[in-house]
Formats: sequence, C-alpha cells, structure tokens
Amino acid sequence: MGVTPDLWMQVHDLIETYGRLLDADLLEDWVELFVEECHYEIVSRENQSQQLPLSLMLCDNKDMLRDRIFSLRQANIYNIHSDCHVIGLVRAAQTDAAPISATASYSLYQSTQEGESRLFSVGRYYLDLVADPDGLRIARQIVVVDTGAIPTLLATPI
Amino acid sequence: MNGAALAAPHYRFPAADCSRIPYGMYLDADIYALEQIRIFHGPVWNFLALEAEIPNPGDFRVVAVGDTPVIVDRARDGSIHAMVNRCAHRGSIVQRALHGNCKVHTCCYHQWSFDLTGRLVGVPFQKGVNGHGGLPADFDKSCHGLQRLRIATLKGVIFGTFADDTPPLEEFLGPLFVRQVERLFHKPIRILGYQRQRIFGNWKLYTDNLRDPNHGGLLHMFQITFGIARLSGTGGARMDDDGKHNLSWAAQGGRADDDTATEGYDETGRGDMNITLRDPSLLRYYKEFPDTLTLAISSLFPASALQQIGNTLAVRQIRTRSANEFEIVSTFFGYEDDDAAMARHRLRKANLAGPAGLVSMEDGEAVELVHRAIVRDADQHSVVEFGGRGPIKDQENLISDVPMRGFWLHYCKLMGITPGAASWA
Repeated sequence: MGVTPDLWMQVHDLIETYGRLLDADLLEDWVELFVEECHYEIVSRENQSQQLPLSLMLCDNKDMLRDRIFSLRQANIYNIHSDCHVIGLVRAAQTDAAPISATASYSLYQSTQEGESRLFSVGRYYLDLVADPDGLRIARQIVVVDTGAIPTLLATPI
Repeated sequence: MNGAALAAPHYRFPAADCSRIPYGMYLDADIYALEQIRIFHGPVWNFLALEAEIPNPGDFRVVAVGDTPVIVDRARDGSIHAMVNRCAHRGSIVQRALHGNCKVHTCCYHQWSFDLTGRLVGVPFQKGVNGHGGLPADFDKSCHGLQRLRIATLKGVIFGTFADDTPPLEEFLGPLFVRQVERLFHKPIRILGYQRQRIFGNWKLYTDNLRDPNHGGLLHMFQITFGIARLSGTGGARMDDDGKHNLSWAAQGGRADDDTATEGYDETGRGDMNITLRDPSLLRYYKEFPDTLTLAISSLFPASALQQIGNTLAVRQIRTRSANEFEIVSTFFGYEDDDAAMARHRLRKANLAGPAGLVSMEDGEAVELVHRAIVRDADQHSVVEFGGRGPIKDQENLISDVPMRGFWLHYCKLMGITPGAASWA
C-alpha cells in the first residue's frame, strides 16, 4: 500500500536526520531516534542469505544502544575517522500488519584525519517505524551489510 | 618444494630467545612468499573448517590455507576431503561458490569436472570430434586431479596439511590443546554464523596479539572500564612443549574486586574505572564447562584460534592476502541442545567479540598502527620482554608476552632461521 505525501516526507526526514546525526558524531542524539523497546541489528548478507542468526552488532533494547555509544566514548579505541552516509532509494510502505515500514540503500564512506577516504560499507536499511508526538521513531532496524568483510573494524553505527 | 630457491633477505634476530623481532619480518614480500611454502604448506596442521558446516554428502565450503584457496567437502561415503581449489588444466578457480552442495566440482573455463575426492572425472571433448582435436591418446586423467591436502579431524574440527612429514594431529597439538578442542567440542554444535574482518597489516602482528595477554587489560578497556576484569585478575598463558600454541585464560573468582585491582593503572591516563552498564545482562556468564575458565583462547600455530569468551564460542581462521593484509574469518557456534534463552544469550554476547566487539574491536586498529609505523625500518625490532627473557615458560599471570616468543622460535625453526646467530641456516 502506498503512503500519503505527508508520511513520505516524514520518513524521508527521519532518514535524513539519521544520517546527519551519525555523520556529525552526535551519537547520543542518534540513539534518541529509537523507541525504548527498540531493536537495532547489523547483519552480513552472507549470514542473512544462509538464515544464520549471528549479527555483527545487536542491541535489542535502547539501553544496549546507549551502552554501545557510552562504551565508544569511554572505553573503546578505534580508528579515528569521520563518516559520510549517502542514503538513497528510500521506499516507505504502510499495511495493516506493519503500520509504517521503510527501506533504503546506503553507502558509508570513512575519512581519516588526513583526509583520505575509503568506501567503508554498502548495504540496506530495513526499518519499522512508529508515530510519536515528536515525529517518527525507529522501533526496529536491520542493517544488512553487503560489505561483510569489515575493513579494519566496526565501531561507529552504520 | 622447500623454498630454497627463494632468496629472502636475512633480517637479524639479535636475541636467541626471540625477545627482539626485526620489523622486516612483517613487511617483506619475499618473507611472505617463503612463509607460504615453509609455514602454511609446511609441517603444520592448518584449521580448515568444522564438520558441522558440511553435514551432508556433497556439502562443501571454500576456505583458504594462507593464501591458497581450498575446497573442503564431504564425499558420498561421508568421508571428508580437502583440495586446492585450482583446476589441474589451466589453473582456474574450480568451485566459485563459497558453499553449497554438489555432485562434482566443475571448472567453468573448460568444464573439467572433479569428484568430491578431487579426482578428475570429466573432460569434454577429450577425444576430439571425428578423430580431430582433443587430448593425446595417452593422456591419463588419474594424473590430473586436484592437489589434495591430507586431513585429520578431532571432535568435528577439520585440519589439513600439505606436507608429508607433518606429525600426527594429536602430537602436533599436544595434550593441552587436544583437551582444549575436546572441551569446546564436547557435544554436537550448531553453526550460528560468520564474521569477517579485513585488516591492513601483517598477519603475524595478529598472531603476536593473540599471544600477548599483557595488552588485554590495557588496550581493550571495555572490561576494565566497566569493572568486569583487570590485568590483576586470575589468568595466564599455557603452551605446548614447543611453545608454538598458546592458551590465554582467565578464571572466575579473580582479584578484580580487590582494593588493589586498579593498581598499575595509575600511569595509563585512562578515566573512571567503575562505570556501570545500563544493561549488564550482556556480561553474564552461564557456567557451561566443568572448569572455572571464563576466557579461554587457544591460538594454534600457525594461524587459527579457538575462542571461548564467556558463552561466546568461535573458531577464527587467519587467511593471509599479502605481507600487508589478512582476513580473519570467525565461525561462531553454540550447541545443538541450547535452549531458546541460551541461544539468545550467545547471539547477544557475540557483541563482545569480532570486528565490532566491545571487547575486541581494538585489535584491528592496533595491528594497523604497528604496520604503518614500522614501514621504513626493517632492521629495527620490537621488544618482547614482559614475563622475562630466556626459556619459554607457562605464565600464571596476565602481565606477559612470553607466548609471542614461543611462536617466533617455532616460526624461525620452520623458516630456517637461527635466532641470535649472524645469519640464517
């Protein structure tokens, strides 16, 4: 089923905000795009296509997402970089079974402090969204990465 | 093949106990080429795959030994075979799929086909057409199979070797590591999935890392920051008689909560160490082995590791790509009789390990930091003295990198290097 132009705009706005917050390193604000009972998972296409349940990152509630970001800030050492998300092919749908869902493709480039950029990851977002007084929020997101051979390491969310 | 024809540069190991490693050993393309012959194709058992990955006749997976592509499969009679994934005709990759089930492996280039044991069974137009073309009448298909590896299995773990003189698997592993394999694979497993990580550095920087318990509580600060483990905790390193394999271990009931637990961290400049997680359920360990070990990482010479991090179980295979790049392929597993809660716990706890691991992500960065900085000075060397110099001994603490020296002494033996001597053998 199609969506109204207004809802399509809201979905687009959410996805734009999503990429912008990550690229601006506003990770704590990014977490607030999720509802409390959320599910955020990064899984390789290799595992998904074989129906293997292992993911690369799995947060099945918002506290786990908060802990991830907190750990990045406080404890983890990772390659110093900036992110640039290029997100497109956004599609939104609404059915009786799933109130609002959306898919999008992304490319994620990473750049070093010296300005050397590389394509870090490509893949797709699969989103279940809910309407909140403040706008749409993410209830469930599966990131399926085609780039399953993670270059160096995966610290900041995709 | 003994690699004698390869004239590798002779970097000097100034210390007979391998307490100095010349940087050139991590950088040089000729050293890398020699390693492929003397180490990966040498008298070692390379981890290949798990039997649970190829449960049915015809099942196969494509893996690698060093940088040699290898097919592991199960034949009609249930027997397991491993062969180089390279057509005996013109050297093409034969099996292009990463995994699957097939009756024969067929090369797409000229349609030569090989049975599941690697024998050449089909050559289209072998006799030509109407007496013209085709292969010579005396062409013997039995001489043109895929190059086979000898395999050996232990508790469903498949190892392969290229060398005729490799000692039996259990002798190669030694009793301690036979027990570690038996411990992790004491009942039927279920494959949970794979993780891959591409690191732009030399593969031996990673095998060093695996044998350096000292970095665990200093580089990987997740467990320290959240008060789960400290370097002062109960743990250590045990090796086989050669010192080539290493078990890094930590046990429950350690000293992490003592007043002295943060002693030694004063000079690190790291922040508050008593922060708590909002959802600590991730860290829970459900005891499932008869011992007290909560961490047991068996690094097997040359390039694999069996991993227990709490309830996260995996096998890691290091696949070399050049002197400057390698891939870590991790196969995560649980047990067939895991209940739903345990299955979920293992998947959540996998957050700790792998390329995005809260505990382990730093390894990729550390390897690349070293590889970038040593690029110019092949004759300078790293310093390996934590836990002391001289003979290789088991360590009953975590402030040690002695197992690194164990790896290098065995590596040098296979490479024909005499550490401390003026030149190579």
